[in-house]
Amino acid sequence: MFNWLDYLAKLLVTQVFGLEMESKLGSSIHFFVYDTIKIVILLSIMIFVISYIRSYFPPEKTKRILAKFKGIKGNIMASLLGIVTPFCSCSSVPIFIGFVEAGVPLGLTFSFLITSPIVNEAAFIILLGLFGWKLAVVYVITGVIVGVLGGLIIGKMKMEKHVEEYVYKMDVAQIDPDELTINERISFSLQNVKDIVKRIWLFLIIGIGIGAAIHGWVPEDFLAQYAGENNPFAVILAVACGIPLYSNAMGTIPIAQALIGKGVGTGTALAFMMAVTALSAPELILLRKVIKPKLIVWFVIVTGIGILLTGYLFNFIGHLLM
Amino acid sequence: MLIKILGGGCKNCQNLHKNTLEALETLGVEAEVVKVEEINDIMAYGVMKTPALVIDEEVKVMGRVPKAKEITKILKEYI
Repeated sequence: MFNWLDYLAKLLVTQVFGLEMESKLGSSIHFFVYDTIKIVILLSIMIFVISYIRSYFPPEKTKRILAKFKGIKGNIMASLLGIVTPFCSCSSVPIFIGFVEAGVPLGLTFSFLITSPIVNEAAFIILLGLFGWKLAVVYVITGVIVGVLGGLIIGKMKMEKHVEEYVYKMDVAQIDPDELTINERISFSLQNVKDIVKRIWLFLIIGIGIGAAIHGWVPEDFLAQYAGENNPFAVILAVACGIPLYSNAMGTIPIAQALIGKGVGTGTALAFMMAVTALSAPELILLRKVIKPKLIVWFVIVTGIGILLTGYLFNFIGHLLM
Repeated sequence: MLIKILGGGCKNCQNLHKNTLEALETLGVEAEVVKVEEINDIMAYGVMKTPALVIDEEVKVMGRVPKAKEITKILKEYI
């Protein structure tokens, strides 16, 4: 799909810069140019498609659908809707309140809150673009399973008293959002593409720069030895490193790609990306407005264990799916 | 006409505010534009996804940032 780009990047390296493709500098420049353009194209297309689908699922509608479900079926539904319902972290508080007010059980709300960030377009694109659709689909399914199990556990623990009291007393109006026209959906999707690309381009370039450096200079076996599939601590370390990073979520794509290319386990790289997006410090600070510390701690523990297990699972079976 | 911008104050809310002022200027219409940042007040409108544009207590747009041109069209109904 990107042969033309590969060809153009090679031309740039050999004809414009006059470098050998085999040289360290040449292969790094090729990697940098090729990857920057490829990722921006893939990202723009995917964000557009996903945003368009998402425009059909405003949270007000999601809330009403979920209020009708109970038990594990509800958790599954909540996780699936978590994939298609759009929300940025600044909306997580009103969404949480809206769900609780509508009588959506706490466990279902958490299934939604866990899956929504985990299964994100960035992770999906890296997997689809680099390893094919099989691994990408398994990743989405795993994200749903983590959300369903996490929500089930939190639901079973009867944590309702660890929600701030004011949430239950809040006066929430019921509104029916107007159906958007096709033009509005397209403009919403284009807006998303523009916003996300504008927000991440710098991180992307820095990330690809680091990736290119790793690509050209770090010896083949160095990373494989320390963070390869056989190192059981690599996944734990990756999750611990991922939590404090937030705005760099998209910038981690090229780094993860370069790392995987150098022998870091697929699961390790995935666990890192999941931790960056699902367990970010700003998200936890926002959630603190509506839930008490004890429930936040359990949210981190349950989600963290889910991500760790996903990491180990992918390190174990990842190569079967490629 | 009373216009309210609902949202916690993130980038999107600021953009909506900016676009709204731009639309008002294009139309040459005077209106009171208020920012609503308190979560209780936002929920009172039933809005779960910010930012939202409320005109004369009616929620017109939510969860996205319409361009000034689109807002101009919405505002025209109220003039």
